[in-house]
Amino acid sequence: MLLTVTTTHRPATDLGYLLVKHPDRVHRFDVPTGTAYVLYPEATDERCTAALLLDVDPQRLRAQQDAFALGQFVNDRPYAASSLLAGALAKVFRSALRGASKDRPDLVGTPLPLLIRVPVLRGTTDLATRLFEPLGWSVTAVPIPLEPSLGGDSPYVDLELSGELPLSAALNHLYVLLPVLDDAKHYWVAPDEIEKLLRSGAGWLAAHPEKVLIARRYLVHKRSLTTTALQMLEGEEAEEPPADEEAELPVVRRQPLAEQRRDAVLALLAEAGASRVLDLGCGGGALLAALLKDRRYTEIVGTDVSARALETAARRLRLDRMPERQRARLSLWQSALTYRDDRLRGYDAAVLMEVVEHVDPPRLPALEASVFGHARPGTVVVTTPNAEYNVNYPGLTGLRHSDHRFEWTRAEFADWATSVAGTYGYAVSLRPVGEIDEATGSPTQLALFTLDPEVTA
Amino acid sequence: MIDLPELALVALVGISGSGKSTFARAHFRPTQVLSSDYFRGLVADDENDQSASADAFDALHYVAAKRLAAGRLTVVDATNLQPHSRAGLVRVAREHDVLPVAIVLDVPEALAWQRTEARADRDLGRQVLSRMHRDLRRTLSSLSREGFRKVHVLRGPDEIAAAEIRYDKLFNDKRELTGPFDIIGDVHGCRAELETLLERLGYALVRDDSARPVDAVHPDGRQAVFVGDLVDRGPDSPGVLRLVMGMVAAGHALCVPGNHEQKLARKLNGRNVQLTHGLPETLEQLGREPASFGAAVKTFIEGLVSHYVLDEGKLVVAHAGLKEAYQGRASGRVRSFALYGETTGETDEYGLPLRYPWARDYRGSAAVVYGHTPTTRPEWLNNTICLDTGCVFGGALTALRWPSRELVSVPAAQEYYAPVRPLAPAGRPDDGLDIADVTGRRHLDYGYGRVTVAAENAAAALEVMSRFALDPATLVWLPPTMAPCSTSTLEGYLEHPATALDDLRQAGVDRVVCEEKHMGSRAVVRVSRSGDGDAIWTRTGRPFFGAALDEQLLARVRAAAGGLFDELESDWLLLDAELLPWSAKAAGLIRDRYAGVGAAGRAALPAALEVVDRVAARGLDVAALRDRLALRSAEIDGYSAAYRAYVKPTDGLDGVTLAPFAVLAGAGVSYADRDHGWHLALADKLVAADPALFTPTRRRIVELGDPAAEAAATEWWLELTASGGEGMVVKPWAGLRAADAKGRLIQPGVKCRGREYLRIIYGPEYTRPEQLSRLRRRNLGRKRNMALREHGLGLAALDRLAEGAPLWRRHELVFAILAIESEPVDPRL
Repeated sequence: MLLTVTTTHRPATDLGYLLVKHPDRVHRFDVPTGTAYVLYPEATDERCTAALLLDVDPQRLRAQQDAFALGQFVNDRPYAASSLLAGALAKVFRSALRGASKDRPDLVGTPLPLLIRVPVLRGTTDLATRLFEPLGWSVTAVPIPLEPSLGGDSPYVDLELSGELPLSAALNHLYVLLPVLDDAKHYWVAPDEIEKLLRSGAGWLAAHPEKVLIARRYLVHKRSLTTTALQMLEGEEAEEPPADEEAELPVVRRQPLAEQRRDAVLALLAEAGASRVLDLGCGGGALLAALLKDRRYTEIVGTDVSARALETAARRLRLDRMPERQRARLSLWQSALTYRDDRLRGYDAAVLMEVVEHVDPPRLPALEASVFGHARPGTVVVTTPNAEYNVNYPGLTGLRHSDHRFEWTRAEFADWATSVAGTYGYAVSLRPVGEIDEATGSPTQLALFTLDPEVTA
Repeated sequence: MIDLPELALVALVGISGSGKSTFARAHFRPTQVLSSDYFRGLVADDENDQSASADAFDALHYVAAKRLAAGRLTVVDATNLQPHSRAGLVRVAREHDVLPVAIVLDVPEALAWQRTEARADRDLGRQVLSRMHRDLRRTLSSLSREGFRKVHVLRGPDEIAAAEIRYDKLFNDKRELTGPFDIIGDVHGCRAELETLLERLGYALVRDDSARPVDAVHPDGRQAVFVGDLVDRGPDSPGVLRLVMGMVAAGHALCVPGNHEQKLARKLNGRNVQLTHGLPETLEQLGREPASFGAAVKTFIEGLVSHYVLDEGKLVVAHAGLKEAYQGRASGRVRSFALYGETTGETDEYGLPLRYPWARDYRGSAAVVYGHTPTTRPEWLNNTICLDTGCVFGGALTALRWPSRELVSVPAAQEYYAPVRPLAPAGRPDDGLDIADVTGRRHLDYGYGRVTVAAENAAAALEVMSRFALDPATLVWLPPTMAPCSTSTLEGYLEHPATALDDLRQAGVDRVVCEEKHMGSRAVVRVSRSGDGDAIWTRTGRPFFGAALDEQLLARVRAAAGGLFDELESDWLLLDAELLPWSAKAAGLIRDRYAGVGAAGRAALPAALEVVDRVAARGLDVAALRDRLALRSAEIDGYSAAYRAYVKPTDGLDGVTLAPFAVLAGAGVSYADRDHGWHLALADKLVAADPALFTPTRRRIVELGDPAAEAAATEWWLELTASGGEGMVVKPWAGLRAADAKGRLIQPGVKCRGREYLRIIYGPEYTRPEQLSRLRRRNLGRKRNMALREHGLGLAALDRLAEGAPLWRRHELVFAILAIESEPVDPRL
């Protein structure tokens, strides 16, 4: 991986003094991820270019956490500019980065005509422009084509920055923004990364329009670190937007739909007089938290098919610190709605909040049999998106969430609910949740099933 | 002589010093005896600590319950002089439908005192012993009323010393009878149909002087088994009884009682019963018989045992079925279940009791054959089958031949009795899966070996299976992972044919087939003449391209497979194949991961080389760096060429092909025993039928030990891989069930991947000597072990599919394959 810094300042070879690297020598440094070189492909009074080249040794890289199992062995780290290059830059150009120069102290704060090139950098033209332009650079970021046989562009750009800035400012920009553009989550971030960010961002980051994105990506999406960094940066409260399913929706709401839905479900459970309830497909436990707050629910069971979701729920609900009596009201079980589960029998009510649309249609009969036929609670509350309403989300194409297997119109949902109720001996009523649009109805639709004592299925 | 049932809870009763422990040691194995002293020691570190008694008995009852649930004789060594302590044991016995038996050791108080005093570890007052003795006298008078099935009292030390124990089998235990059997459904007085059925089954009827059948004999010694409900509703209940009683008496049949026999016997005993459900007809018919016949019927019915366990425990016959926990047990509720089934307490719209669907939950290994509930068509459900096809209601009389499981039916001559509710149309039996079938830590003994599925792996598989995979009923098999060949030490190679062939030689194989390894996506295809239930799925059980395209693809396979259906005489087939090109299914992966890295490398390295060249032009020495960059540049080019070979343009199904290499199964058969010549010949027929859809698999047959053949195979592999091929798979010629000399399964194939191909696995630079020497230390043990376990599970899944095993029995194996896939293993192997 490579970056070059060119200046046309006269004499251009002053660049060597500022970087403390003589242009007529090959400088070689051992860094934790390989070998770094500082080389000068040109060094005349008119024009001088310093190249920082990092020869990455893949075997020295820490194993990455990656969904792609071979990512540890097949990756772009030896080629694309990233935090590895930023790290080498900080080590090799330490004093220049600090804005110190023994030999040319007068040049340190002086804007110089600079041309910076990073031939391979992960990112898009748009993001590179948004990040560098506010800092006074004029930006050219040309996407690198992927492959003739596949067509399209690779996720990399060939970046060129030009402008008149002090060299130390340029290096600090690169030190922070190379990892931000790269956005790899492969290195571990210690709290002292916040200090590094604030130190390198001094004088420019606080005013940067993309400071939230910069902080978040630089701190590898660690929410607590990001919030702290932003608070320190601004000296005031700053909040990370919550990352839930609705966050994917391009719409501004008054009361978040998730809350409206939860309130609607809670009201129906209370109306039904339920005290022992199942939250089937509880996910991270948002509804469980609300149920726990209400003493009327004496026995609360959250199930999910994902063991990881249950761990998240346990963590968010602070299960390990919950008082014993409170803890005794709650159980978290892994269960799959396509298998019948004896543990789920005999409850007053079950909630399937935004769950059915995550099940493949051919598997729905199995879900129906296990919930309505086997678990057979007195009350079942099902919520699901109303597909008709989707036209009200500007920019939404397709389904509301990448894992949705379908989204039903009101008529489709009504058909399903009526048929299930008929098969399993429940009475059903349908109702809207959320703000109602004249033409398309509410964003969420809800079905309330009540076990009909007259019918024995 | 003390007679004990083979399975019983034995309570020893006696005062301290009566010799209970000595008696227990003499007659039972140490593990069969649960001593209250020992349990006091376990919970309180002191065998004499009476304050620990409650906890000690808690623990003792717990262990006793575990033993009884597993069907093990259990002896409780405690004084058992208090009614409440004996009641606790009777309760544990009843909960497990086991007979409680008491053995009382009654010795003179003086002798007991003498023994107690002699023991250093007993600190017991004489008054305590006297009180015990008084308690014993009270106990002796009440014991038989407390629920003990038998009470044996041994009086005095001589009788105790002389006692011997003899074990009785339970009446229902006929495991020694191995048939073959013909199990016959509810007859309900349909004598004519029964005669026809018996003759159809090959029995010769024996008639009395009045030409009435009184016995039926099978020339091969087959035995009939009647599931009960011989009587009521039909035209000739006495005739049926006469025949069946004769067969039972002659040893030509077994019979379990039905609820109708039970009620008839009560009536014959003078009890007051409701004259409904066809009983009046029977009584009227019996009225025409001599009184002696009625008495014989009463004796016959009273002698019937409510269920039988037959054929080494593989077969259970009971009138209304029997759940696993009750099989081979004896208690009131076992008898009641066998006669009436389990009812929910509710009734349906016809006023008939609703039955709990015990068969749906049945997970036992014994087949349960029963009657009681009329259905239109007998269907196996979880290894149970109901043979009541409503003959008396105008249906049919049905027999199940055991062990062949063939069904034989004769239609009713007429409707003799109008059914209260219409015969249930069988419909699809509810064979829904229970979460307990797959989750938690599970041990599976699947016939080719044993595996333990760890709970966390099952948890991971549960998510994949229920969120992404096809319906378990469709997903009959998953391909096992495949281990690479042993690591080559040849310069420049990590994998090489020499080691691959040697691996099979080491496994004792003498003939192998080297099959071209297609680089695409593994695809399992189930295809049938009718198209019902057809599917194509990936190695993790997911659909391929979505329903519409998958169906189009299947339609083309179906059209090409017509000849195979005829040739193999099967209406459906299960094919193992590779779907090509790789980019058809893996385009996203190739774009995001492989091609991106290639593009980055191909842009970065020339840029770096340009810089270095300009530095060199300035007279600086960067030759070594330049060499490294040039090497890296060549490596990224090689890497790019490797994945490019598997990228081909496709549009919908245009450009998509399948390379089949095995026909795994058809209706009622697993083809795991066929050799690869057979499999590949069929694959070739598919290619011939539709050359555009199917890609042939190039192959070489190699006799191991023939150096020329091995050299030729190596040459072939070098050519294959030099032109972009992934490599080859070396398989034992004998087929999937190939085993070593000791009969253990061997790897069904080892893969030998090409030198260039491995760049996309091990990284572009893996061919450097220092990297290769490090990679050669790779450990294949875990991968091989996974591959073998998954392979065995897959073979068993094919076997169970062929047998028509219940869904849960098949699914637990397929699920286990998926679970093993989530075990951590080096992904490069």
